[in-house]
Amino acid sequence: MKNYMKVSFSAKVENVVFTRTVALGFLVNLDLEIGILNEIKTAISEAITNAIVHGYQNDETKTVDLIMYYDDTKITMEVIDYGIGIENIEKAKTPLFSSKVEEERAGLGFTIMDVFSDELIVESELGKMTKVVMVKNYHESREH
Amino acid sequence: MGLNVQMALKKNVLIIRLKGELDQSSVTNLKYRVSEIIDKYHIKNLVINMQEVAFMDSSGIGFIIGRYSQIKKRKGHIVICSMNEMVQRIFNLSGLKKICFVTKNEIEAEERLEIA
Repeated sequence: MKNYMKVSFSAKVENVVFTRTVALGFLVNLDLEIGILNEIKTAISEAITNAIVHGYQNDETKTVDLIMYYDDTKITMEVIDYGIGIENIEKAKTPLFSSKVEEERAGLGFTIMDVFSDELIVESELGKMTKVVMVKNYHESREH
Repeated sequence: MGLNVQMALKKNVLIIRLKGELDQSSVTNLKYRVSEIIDKYHIKNLVINMQEVAFMDSSGIGFIIGRYSQIKKRKGHIVICSMNEMVQRIFNLSGLKKICFVTKNEIEAEERLEIA
C-alpha cells in the first residue's frame, strides 16, 4: 500500500496539536501499535515546534509544510520551514543544547526525533529553509 | 484536547495535577500560571502529578527545568509522580532524574517531601 499527503499551515504553536491529529489520521489504515503511533506523534511534534519556534522565530504569518508518505515497510515524515535555517546542524543536534534556554526550551528536540525514528536527516540552508526528514520502519500489527 | 490544570497547596508544597497534552502551546500558559503562584506564595517544593497526561514532548521537560530553576534558590525539590510509559521515556532522555524525585503516585510524593 502506498499513500501520500501534504498539509501547509500557519506557524502557530496552537497548530502543533492539529498536526499530531493529522498524522494519526493519515496513518489510521496501517493499524499500527499505539507505541509506534506515540513515537511518530512525539517526533512530529518536536520537528514542527522547532520549525515554528526556531525556523520562523514565532512569526505566525509564515507557513510550515508537513509531508507524509508510506509504503509497505516504512513511513516517512518531512517537516519543512522556509525560515532562518540552522547554522551548525551538529551543534543543534547536541543533547541539551538550546539556542532558547531563556524561553525554557529543553534542547531535546533533535534527541527525541533521533531516538523515536529509524532515520533522521536534517538539511538546512542558512536564511532559506530547514527540512527535517524522519523515517520510521513498521510492520503491520494485524493481518488483512 | 488541551490541558486541564488543578492546583492545591499543602503546607509549603504546591501540588499540580495535569490532565491532557503538554506541548509548546499548552506549556506557555501553564508556565505563567504556575510561576506566578510559586512567587506569590513563596513555594519551596513542587509535586507534579502526570497521571492524566496523555501526551508530552520536550516542551514539558522545558517547563520542569524552568520551575526547578525557580525553586532551587529556596533549596526546594520537585517530585514528579504517576508518569505513564511514554512520559517516562521522554523524562528518561532528559537527564531530569538528576534533579527531580520520581514516585509512583501522589501519596508517595507527599511522603518523599514529608507532608503526608
